[in-house]
Amino acid sequence: MDALPTTRTCAILDRDGLQALIAALAARGYQVLGPVLRDGAILYDEIAGLADLPAGWTDRQAPGRYRLERRADEALFGFAVGPQSWKRFLHPPVETLWRAQQGEGGLLFSTAAGPSPRYAFLGVRACELHAIAIQDRVFCEGPYPEPGYAERRRDAFIVAVNCAEAGDTCFCASMDCGPQAEDGFDLALTELIDETRHAFLVEVGSAAGEELLTGLPRRAAADAERAAAAAVVARTASQMGRRLDTAGLKELLQDNPEHPRWSEVAERCLSCANCTMVCPTCFCTTVEDRGDLAGSSAERVRKWDSCFTLDFSYLHGGSVRQSARARYRQWMTHKLASWIDQFGTSGCVGCGRCITWCPVGIDITEEAAAIRATLPEPRGEDHGGH
Amino acid sequence: MPVALADPFLPQPYRVERRRRELAGTVTLELAPLAGACPAFAPGQFNMLYAFGVGEAAISLSGDPASRATFVHTVRHVGAVSGALAGLEPGATVGVRGPFGRGWPLAAAEGADVLVVAGGLGLAPLRPAIYAILARRERYGRVVILVGSRSPAEILYRRELERWRQRSDLEVRVTVDHADAGWRGHVGVVPALIPRADFDPQDTLALVCGPEVMMRFAANALLAAGIKAGRIHLSLERNMKCAIGLCGHCQFGPSFVCKDGPVMSLERIAEILAVPEI
Repeated sequence: MDALPTTRTCAILDRDGLQALIAALAARGYQVLGPVLRDGAILYDEIAGLADLPAGWTDRQAPGRYRLERRADEALFGFAVGPQSWKRFLHPPVETLWRAQQGEGGLLFSTAAGPSPRYAFLGVRACELHAIAIQDRVFCEGPYPEPGYAERRRDAFIVAVNCAEAGDTCFCASMDCGPQAEDGFDLALTELIDETRHAFLVEVGSAAGEELLTGLPRRAAADAERAAAAAVVARTASQMGRRLDTAGLKELLQDNPEHPRWSEVAERCLSCANCTMVCPTCFCTTVEDRGDLAGSSAERVRKWDSCFTLDFSYLHGGSVRQSARARYRQWMTHKLASWIDQFGTSGCVGCGRCITWCPVGIDITEEAAAIRATLPEPRGEDHGGH
Repeated sequence: MPVALADPFLPQPYRVERRRRELAGTVTLELAPLAGACPAFAPGQFNMLYAFGVGEAAISLSGDPASRATFVHTVRHVGAVSGALAGLEPGATVGVRGPFGRGWPLAAAEGADVLVVAGGLGLAPLRPAIYAILARRERYGRVVILVGSRSPAEILYRRELERWRQRSDLEVRVTVDHADAGWRGHVGVVPALIPRADFDPQDTLALVCGPEVMMRFAANALLAAGIKAGRIHLSLERNMKCAIGLCGHCQFGPSFVCKDGPVMSLERIAEILAVPEI
């Protein structure tokens, strides 16, 4: 097992060292965000120190089910991913784009964007690193980069955490998106916890990470500790609750828009849009135009939107995608197939949120497998004449 | 990571210079920037027009691409935003973002025959292409304009079509779905005009815009006439919020209509075009 690149600088932080890491980020002007226990789930919010982290808690996930449970130990990162992703900070759910004022000489438009907070994310999982990299492509690499996203992204400091457990709905390994954090972080932690120790192997992923680590109380990592960290990730990889077979999946979906499975899944799908809200890569937005009662000023607000709503595809005369069948097909085909045409990568990182948070437990891996399993026989030369 | 220099979401203020009533519920607006000149545009591109406090809509450019003094837009009242835009009087200010999208591939038409097929308001995004072709008429072979309309009263740019019909270097044919007592022209759908038109299918570029169902039939008629799918171009319409490929609304299979279109070749979209509710 060669999970940890040996070229990376490694060190060991104990709990005080991790506390010092949070304090050092705050001292550098970052708003530090990490996992917190709230509303019966593990969410991401501002943290001041270790005491804010969900020590000793884990999550049990299944299709349409999420419950918190106590752990036998006091692990700080002993859970998978919750309903939120870092998307809500880099690509906010609600954002005012501009304001317009009706003046003497006509309309005056002014941008509403203030300076964004500089975010430090603590506890970014491998799937989420991939999700951020995918949204980077969506928002920063087209002909019109999204200025707000690009600024927040450029300024963000990322502390990744290697997953020590896989949830029942996790399938990052088959998407080649985890569980090892390989790239796209400043620092990456692996939590080492047993009867004898509670420490964090920290790997350096950038110059900024190196600089920050230099000022923290730490000690060198022993070979045995590197091996223990690698074993944590290897065990997680072997525990994946699910897998998605991506071989030929793009063509499979794009070539079968009339497959009967789309009608079958539409009978269960509620078009509630939960899957798109929890997805760390879904990027669609709509806008809301608001005016004041005096008619002198107005503003344009951008909000997350979902391809599961009728309004999403509305053109004068009606919606293009009238049926739940068409809307589910659009979402899944976009996520797993046309995303590759558009951005050179699948839109799925295998985090499993869409499965866990679907109120009726629709499982994207199962839907893909069902379409694969019931394909009509490929037409051979012998019976291809109709 | 690239960082944008300007905010692509921020509209620029334009003044309504002229407003002309075209048809019932349909007007043509001429918009001039409060400062500077209009940016250049390519025939087939569109702008996002913002009506104060109401919202924004994608409206194709329908003026002469050689003119930089104003943007010309023909707007039909079909919803809240287009209704507010169509109701604007000269002197009012609107917000403009654009121009956006890929237009008609006119360079590929040089030396070839050009077949323009328009249904209803679909003539609006085709008019700049017709202006551009007429400005350099010698560069093209036969030029045929086929227009379909629901009724004689709903023929868009009727006077202009009549002027063009007087020209010896243009073939203009107009058909209506429902004739009235005074109509002496064709009756029927516009794809039915295609077999009557004079062009060389081996060397023709077809430009098509109209309701999607009309474009499907027109595309089939053009293929049947012998024009290859790669030489047939359609202008698509989808819900759009951002116009720059970031909001996701205008997806059409793997394409974003706003940035990969609105003009796309039939070769690229034929399979998707055939799938209902895609």
